[in-house]
Amino acid sequence: MRHRIVADLSGLPLHGSGSSSQTWWGTLAFMLIEGTGFALAVGVYLYLASIAPQWPLGAPPPDPWPGTVIAVLLLVSAIPNWLVARWAEAQDLRKVRIGLVIMSVAGLLPLVVRIWEFPALNVSWDSNACGSILWVLLGLHTAHILTDIVDTLVLTAMMFSRHGDNKRRYGDVQDNALYWYFVVLTWLPIYLCIYGVPRL
Amino acid sequence: MFTTGLPRLGESFFTASSMAIAVPAGVQILCWLATIWLGRPIFRVPFLFIPALFFTFVLGGMTGVMVASVPIDTQVHDTYFVVAHFHYVLVGGALFPLLDAVYYWLPKVTGRMMSERVGRWVVGLLFLGFNFTFFPMHILGLQGMPRRVYTYQVEMGWGGMNLFISLCSVGLAAGFLLFCIDVIRSARNGEPAGDNPWRASTLEWATSSPPPPYDFARLPVANSASPLWDEKNSLPVVSGLSVNRRELLITSMGTATPEARETSPQNLIWPFWAAIATSMMLVASIFTPWAVVWGSIPLAITLIGWFWPRGTPEDDS
Repeated sequence: MRHRIVADLSGLPLHGSGSSSQTWWGTLAFMLIEGTGFALAVGVYLYLASIAPQWPLGAPPPDPWPGTVIAVLLLVSAIPNWLVARWAEAQDLRKVRIGLVIMSVAGLLPLVVRIWEFPALNVSWDSNACGSILWVLLGLHTAHILTDIVDTLVLTAMMFSRHGDNKRRYGDVQDNALYWYFVVLTWLPIYLCIYGVPRL
Repeated sequence: MFTTGLPRLGESFFTASSMAIAVPAGVQILCWLATIWLGRPIFRVPFLFIPALFFTFVLGGMTGVMVASVPIDTQVHDTYFVVAHFHYVLVGGALFPLLDAVYYWLPKVTGRMMSERVGRWVVGLLFLGFNFTFFPMHILGLQGMPRRVYTYQVEMGWGGMNLFISLCSVGLAAGFLLFCIDVIRSARNGEPAGDNPWRASTLEWATSSPPPPYDFARLPVANSASPLWDEKNSLPVVSGLSVNRRELLITSMGTATPEARETSPQNLIWPFWAAIATSMMLVASIFTPWAVVWGSIPLAITLIGWFWPRGTPEDDS
């Protein structure tokens, strides 16, 4: 068929943010997939707890302190996370660089505390079903902190390079912040499962 | 299902869920009818398959509701009734539509029409051959003939009907043979199809047959679900997408308003290395959990290499 030009798109921006960015949708879909994974793991945990004669199986309840410290650290980190997303939206390179350095530290701290959290479960991953699912829950969440911190570190390095001052990179910073909220929020139900359910 | 010794609750659940399938299936049939009602049917071979598949699929659905009931299913379990039921569903629901799709889109794929005369024979042989082959199986099943048997005693009295089935299946097979011959012959020597042999409404018919690898030199604009019926003479398109970098158009979800000219990635070897690193990590993790730790290092390297900006036109924004 003969073509008839009805619109000229040359004036469109070369990158959109929010719902007009593909990585935003990718991050959303990723959260959906990972959230389903968390929900399945929590389902397995509650199922095992419901059929076990006692819970936890043959072990004292997990020591809540390291997990509580992590919960506080994660909740506090939401503040600089919110700020860095705002600075990225304003395309303020200097503030974004500072914010990303803070978020790198804010992401590494809970990982360090987690070294003490695994022993605080008071049960090994291979001793019984309870130990296995506890380690799965904690391991799953640790994997998410790890992937986000690697993403944050690479992004921080990139923002200090000549590729930093670019609309797409600011979009990446916003998506990274969006994903960090997910990491923070998923910790709360898992925290309640690991430390709350055995004390019910 | 119901003869496996399920508890009472399980039987109730599976009866309810099997019967519930009738609801979306019924909605689907009404959607088909609405599509024809709102369309502009052309009574040629692709459309001739449609009543054939309606009839066959609906009959399979009816017997589906029957076998959802515990007493009927217990009676016809593992008989030819079940064989008839699922062939009606599968052939009506999947096979006829697939063959139909070949008749409909082969002209777009190859640029050549399939034979109208042979196609009518194909539809007729397949529809009549199928129904005469499989309908008697309902009766045989109700008479108690079990499935998965190669022989039975003469005094069961199933011989005549089975002979009829065998003879009709030859007609069904002839329909398939004729279809295969028609596909091969038409793909080589069929009449040239032109862009839109069916006067259809959707965008694939606005480009040439077969289409160029890029489909359209400029992105077409669709203002309704049937864009080619709205635009008789020319295709509305947009201009302004870059020609020196790979671009795709990002639009809003609901109204498809253009929002950005996003880049497509250039050719890269990194996704391949990332796939290799992932596979190695997962295979090795069968043997030792430490593979996850050590395997994540090459994986991280490949991912960072993949996403690191390159300063090419594709990377600009």
